[in-house]
Amino acid sequence: MGEDLDKLKIQVNNLNLWYSSFQALKDVNASFKERLITAIIGPSGCGKTTLLRVFNRMNDLVEGVRVAGTVMVDGINVIAPDTDLMTLRRKIGMVFQRPNPFPLSTYENVVFGPRIHGRAGKNELDDIAEKSLQAVLLWDELKDRLDKPALSLSLEQQQRLCIARLIAVRSDILLLDEPCSALDPQATQAIEELMRGLKNNYTLIVVTHNMQQAARVSDETGFMLLGELIEFGETDQIFTRPRDKRTEDYITGRFG
Amino acid sequence: MRNPRRTEKIAFFFLFLATALIVLPVGLIVVSIVRKGLPAISWQFLTDIPREGMRGGGILPAIVGTLYLVLGAIVFALPIGLFAAIYLSEYAKDNVLTRIIKLAIVNLAGVPSVVYGLFGLALFVVFFRFGASILSGSLTLGIMVLPIIITASREALESVPQAFREVSLSLGASKWQTIRHVVLPNGISGILTGTILGLGRAAGETAPILFTVAAFYHPQLPRSIFDQAMALPYHLYVISTQVPNVGDKMRYGTALVLLGLVLIMNSVALVVRFRFRKRHRW
Ligand SMILES: Nc1ncnc2c1ncn2[C@@H]1O[C@H](COP(=O)(O)OP(=O)(O)OP(=O)(O)O)[C@@H](O)[C@H]1O
Ligand SMILES: [Mg+2]
Repeated sequence: MGEDLDKLKIQVNNLNLWYSSFQALKDVNASFKERLITAIIGPSGCGKTTLLRVFNRMNDLVEGVRVAGTVMVDGINVIAPDTDLMTLRRKIGMVFQRPNPFPLSTYENVVFGPRIHGRAGKNELDDIAEKSLQAVLLWDELKDRLDKPALSLSLEQQQRLCIARLIAVRSDILLLDEPCSALDPQATQAIEELMRGLKNNYTLIVVTHNMQQAARVSDETGFMLLGELIEFGETDQIFTRPRDKRTEDYITGRFG
Repeated sequence: MRNPRRTEKIAFFFLFLATALIVLPVGLIVVSIVRKGLPAISWQFLTDIPREGMRGGGILPAIVGTLYLVLGAIVFALPIGLFAAIYLSEYAKDNVLTRIIKLAIVNLAGVPSVVYGLFGLALFVVFFRFGASILSGSLTLGIMVLPIIITASREALESVPQAFREVSLSLGASKWQTIRHVVLPNGISGILTGTILGLGRAAGETAPILFTVAAFYHPQLPRSIFDQAMALPYHLYVISTQVPNVGDKMRYGTALVLLGLVLIMNSVALVVRFRFRKRHRW
């Protein structure tokens, strides 16, 4: 392990979040290391998605949300009200549960971000599209069919495309919210493979219901229950020697 | 025991009957207008001014007048309607007030057109002193079609999946960029449908233009938006009820031209819609 690998990318301190009067996150403290894959596991409704959406401030879209605490990303508190959301969300990209390409061509999907953000010319956009698709291993498959509707691709290809769309806006943190739950086992394996590859350049946080998946791909794992982060540590340790009784119950399948 | 297959058949029969009941009369009207009107259509009919006390000659001033009025109405109503729809769908908070406003707008679409005519008379002709003019008429027609355009556009925008907006925002787009690049392109089809409905209504109504622009007999082309003008629906009314001894041919010819004009304007909108559809599918 190089020094670089241990750099903290996101530090969460005493994070609390309320949807109106319902508290969905309770005193969450965690550190996410750069260029690692961190998995967040826990039963349905425990606040995994909510936590992810704090990082890119997507919770702001929900009316009545209140947040307290700090979330430092590269040393900047993103919870602060004066955070530039457009810059933040470009830096911290999100992959959703269902692949959700726009009803546009493959090409237009990839360059969607650069197109609206910058004054990139045609050549530059072509270049971005090629590099981004290469990064998700779609380029060879699709390079001759870039003008085909993205929705005609397989679900796995669509999910890769959604990741390429983030790479195109040069995100360096990728939040993946159950990215494989709409995919079959084979496609799931392929996406996991991709995530491992992306780790070289990106910091990944993946929410998953699938404990095998967490065990397979992640370096560190956090276990959440009812809005609390019960345990956080190296994946190996969490799955083989959990410190908390509740973590043990969950990973051994006694509830959830 | 009910027999589901027989129920199905009966249901099909009644649904079909209802459809036929609507399609048939419309078809008959169109056929009879075309049959009786077609002989009137000639180069002179389309390009000449009315002559012989509107019993002969052509109807060019009425055609041009209607074109101006409809164009004017759309130029006025489409941007305002679209902005209002965007506001209601994307920006307004979903509360009681907003819902009341939406409902009120829907209901405005059902207000009788003569009411709009009187409104236009009071506001544009008298209060703003535009007089009976193309400007007054266009604005009145525009106000009349606004609710149609707002409601259709709003529903089109609201039917764009929420997920598209989220993805766009999560990619760092601003709210306006999201509306401009995601919501509008995906809602354009419904917006154009609303516009088509508005166009047809604006072209065909008589009452709103009666007090605000329409000239009984004005055998020259309008030179400015402050001119009075003839218009097809009013001209049709005039030669059908106010002028004795006008031939069937003239009347049906005028109706046919009006029909054709609306059809052509609708086709343009349909082509635009089709081209957007091809680019945006989900
Ligand atoms: N917009 C909202 N308004 C109110 N409550 C919400 C909202 N979104 C989520 N919640 C509540 O917050 C809690 C956490 O939700 P969240 O979606 O973060 O859970 P999750 O762990 O991602 O669940 P799942 O595994 O089902 O996706 C749940 O109890 C949920 O009902
Ligand atoms: Mg979730």
